[in-house]
Amino acid sequence: MDLLNLTAVEVGKKIQNKETSAVEATQAVLSQIDKVENTIHSYVTVDKEGALARAKKIQEQIEAGTLTGPLAGVPVAIKDNMCTEGMLTTCSSKILENFYPTYSAEAVLNLEKAGAVVIGKTNMDEFAMGSTTETSAYGITRNPWNTEHVPGGSSGGSCTAVAANECFFSLGSDTGGSIRQPSSFCGVTGIKPTYGTVSRYGLIAYGSSLDQIGPVAKSVTDCATILESIASYDKKDSTSYKRDSYDFTSALVDDVKGMKIGIPKGYFGEGLDKEVSQSVMAAAKELEKKGAILEEFDLGLIDYAIPAYYVIADAEASSNLARFDGVKYGFRAEEYNGLHNMYKKTRSEGFGPEVKRRIMLGSFVLSSGYYDAYYLKALRTKALIKQEFDKAFAKYDMILGPAAPTTAPKIGASLSDPIKMYLGDVYTISVNLAGLPGISVPCGIDSKGLPIGLQLIGDCFQENKILRAAYAFEQTREYKSPM
Amino acid sequence: MANIISDETIEYVGILAKLELSDEEKEQAKKDMGDMLDYIDKLNELDTTSVEPMSHVFPLNNVFREDVVVNGDDSENILKNAPEEKDGSFAVPKTVD
Repeated sequence: MDLLNLTAVEVGKKIQNKETSAVEATQAVLSQIDKVENTIHSYVTVDKEGALARAKKIQEQIEAGTLTGPLAGVPVAIKDNMCTEGMLTTCSSKILENFYPTYSAEAVLNLEKAGAVVIGKTNMDEFAMGSTTETSAYGITRNPWNTEHVPGGSSGGSCTAVAANECFFSLGSDTGGSIRQPSSFCGVTGIKPTYGTVSRYGLIAYGSSLDQIGPVAKSVTDCATILESIASYDKKDSTSYKRDSYDFTSALVDDVKGMKIGIPKGYFGEGLDKEVSQSVMAAAKELEKKGAILEEFDLGLIDYAIPAYYVIADAEASSNLARFDGVKYGFRAEEYNGLHNMYKKTRSEGFGPEVKRRIMLGSFVLSSGYYDAYYLKALRTKALIKQEFDKAFAKYDMILGPAAPTTAPKIGASLSDPIKMYLGDVYTISVNLAGLPGISVPCGIDSKGLPIGLQLIGDCFQENKILRAAYAFEQTREYKSPM
Repeated sequence: MANIISDETIEYVGILAKLELSDEEKEQAKKDMGDMLDYIDKLNELDTTSVEPMSHVFPLNNVFREDVVVNGDDSENILKNAPEEKDGSFAVPKTVD
């Protein structure tokens, strides 16, 4: 049996049972990387030697009986916007082309404590701004299902690395759908937890009030297990939330009897691909067969989420990215005239077009005279969107819909029209504005041979409900691999 | 209503954003920003007069702690990332004559 086809939890079990080892599992993904990386390009950095050394050390601890967890010895890939001590961390930007963090993100530390083996850093849209992984300064990533198509984004590399068996699981980050949309495009499972569940310490910030780290994997069981490992209350993140429970694996029960699932009519209107619509509705019917109660309803303000998001996210980005000034780390322009010109030259040469576009818009909406009209207006809209979700969750255990309106577009088809690209985030963005958990689970393949994702959205802190429904749905379907 | 972004506005935003745009980039930025603002103006359809702006979804309070150093001195490693350093400090171009 080929090790690479196993899920993270399956390979972890085999490592504990001595049927394989952390070193063997690491060697297996490294040779797969050798084989497919030239075409897929999931990684910005592959730390071969470091990974093998870590695997060896972890294997010793497993044999000594000090590491017994489900992820001990399992190779993992980390999105390149999470700091990893001593390992290049670029955010897929030229401005961080030579940045070696002196500490690791809390989520990465939590994984290391659990014995996971960090293999390398995955490609992404520059600073997580994009939906296609085409804005990376280090080249595009291709979808393993069809290399003429994008993997989605911004956590594109994290999702292709899992789909192409270049790791057993990965971490992504999700500000407006950046875990769920590429998971959908690549046929893997990804969850964005409730805001505040996973520490953002060491995650290079884009939109701080929206960013969350989450797992990407081949199964719902993996996602629940990984989330249990990375979620923690962290004093170093002032928006970290002390939850009553960090148990997610107890949700893995094949039972949805009596669960009330709301289906927003507005999610199935204009702009939604017919095949995606049919596949997602067929998935809903599977849950109904298992005893869930489906009901269509009107979710208000759907069309207002994207404009509100781009004001808030870009405003926060313009402030967060002010730190990249060519002084403390990263790239500095070679020619300049004085300090201020050095800042300007460094930033203008170091950032790509999409990042500049968002910093410009963000600076504008925060500027005096426009702050109330744009920024505060967007924050008021956010409050109204949250109210709409509150109303929905008073009636339903979860909301069901697509993760994206289409399957993966062709490479080069999206960047020329930013607003059109932004519209592709219609089903994912409002979830971030309201701080909710959302999961994307593979539910079908379209006639072009590209995967379709089902999205389940829960109320705040109700990960276990969506994990349970996702798990129940997953039991009706075999995992399909592009490899 | 279509938003027309003037040269002055792009200059001003460039100063705020600390970005130096080429003439070509400026023209593109004027168009992109105008298009985005046209789209964002959709929010004006909503009456939000009695709605409080929501910066965070949960009621978050300031997190206070004693100002005690808990991490060690890592200045040597931190400075390794600096484009330029001098005598244990970050070096920047001359700012005053």
